[in-house]
Amino acid sequence: MDDASMPRLPAGVRLQEDKVRGGWTLLGPERVFQLDEIAVEILKRCTGEASLAAIEKDLAKTFDAEVDEICGDVREFLTGMVEKGMVVL
Amino acid sequence: MSSPQEAHGSERAIGPPLGLLAELTHRCPLRCPYCSNPLELDRKSSELSTETWKRVLSEAADLGVLQVHLSGGEPTARPDLEEIVRHCRAAGLYSNLITAGVNLPNDRLAGLAEAGLDHVQLSVQAPDPETNDAVSGLAGSFEQKMATAAAMRTLGLPITLNTVVHRRTIGDIERMIQMALDIGARRLEIAHAQYYGWALKNRRSLMPSRAQVEAAAMVVEKARAELKGRLVIDSVVPDYYARYPKPCMGGWARQSLNVTPSGKVLPCHAAETLTDIDFPSVREASLRNIWFDAPAFNLFRGTGWMPEPCRSCERRELDWGGCRCQALAITGDAAAADPACSKSDWHERMVTIAETDARAREDYIYRGGRSIPRNVARKAWHRSDITNS
Repeated sequence: MDDASMPRLPAGVRLQEDKVRGGWTLLGPERVFQLDEIAVEILKRCTGEASLAAIEKDLAKTFDAEVDEICGDVREFLTGMVEKGMVVL
Repeated sequence: MSSPQEAHGSERAIGPPLGLLAELTHRCPLRCPYCSNPLELDRKSSELSTETWKRVLSEAADLGVLQVHLSGGEPTARPDLEEIVRHCRAAGLYSNLITAGVNLPNDRLAGLAEAGLDHVQLSVQAPDPETNDAVSGLAGSFEQKMATAAAMRTLGLPITLNTVVHRRTIGDIERMIQMALDIGARRLEIAHAQYYGWALKNRRSLMPSRAQVEAAAMVVEKARAELKGRLVIDSVVPDYYARYPKPCMGGWARQSLNVTPSGKVLPCHAAETLTDIDFPSVREASLRNIWFDAPAFNLFRGTGWMPEPCRSCERRELDWGGCRCQALAITGDAAAADPACSKSDWHERMVTIAETDARAREDYIYRGGRSIPRNVARKAWHRSDITNS
């Protein structure tokens, strides 16, 4: 995973609002992840059309933070999701 | 309706279910000896109508279900499957089709994809045609499954490869992993046969030895590490040789529920083996009512029902007492600790059953009779000649 990576949700994985429990979930084969607000913002940007660098820049703007402050957490989160097959690069 | 907290005293509140297993039909072209569906199958004439399924699925979404597993039997035997999938999508439900992949023409697959099907679990009995066709009891089924897999790939339908392992196929796991990669699956589900329903009849022909189970676990562990990020491998472990029981369904009526072809609602798909329990029907009550208030759903919920050794066990909220069906099948008491647990008085007896069965002769009993199509029988016999020489 590097600045030029283009993360996206593969076929069979989608974001779904959970109207009963509140918030958003990431659904995949036999998998349900309940997401916090930051995870939702990261995953909404994983469209396959934006580079990781661009996503981080956009997130920094949204959360009024420096890219250096957030990129470690973003990459750690996405690495876990890639290993679980919920995000592809 | 009373609130779940009131209904359950000091127990932790009951959350809504996450998953629904919708058994659309018991009809199936395969006759797998490990089938965990009941001995007595629901007939076509007793199946729920399209409209009732749509109502049940809407109720499930309103209750908090996020994922629906469209299963059977063979769910594609229902001509209204596309309509049911479309309804799932409209209700925000993630739809997962569990299919044998035979008698499934490309235009039906395309229709399912177009209807919004999220994911497919395709079952394969073994990584070679001879064994696959002998185990499934249907000549030519391997070839059909491979054609279905190719068509799914072309349509962009994401695939999990499902396989059930038992004595005859437990040595084939490496080849199944390769097949999963070859057909473009991103997930592989390796389920050791579980001995409920029809499978219990064939336990002597299916049970692997302890050494085979341990070797298989090492193969899976190694592949999981090597294929991280490429292939997700989930396994359903065999518990006859285990130290602790499986947390069956993540606990009785805790995370998911099951609707049978005729509309009975169960906390797990094998629960009809608990013949003393009166399970409710979607024909008579709403899913919400059933989930929170049906006596059958509260019977083994949480930890309050547990006898010793579960009651004082530090693992009681990890494995939830294990499996009620297995407790009944082995001990005769559905409320006993699962005999897979080394703390159960019945554990040694269960291990003895496994060890004895693992040495028994392989002689599958198929639904609808012992005989299998002649060409399949001949091929299967041929293979065992090779293996034995």
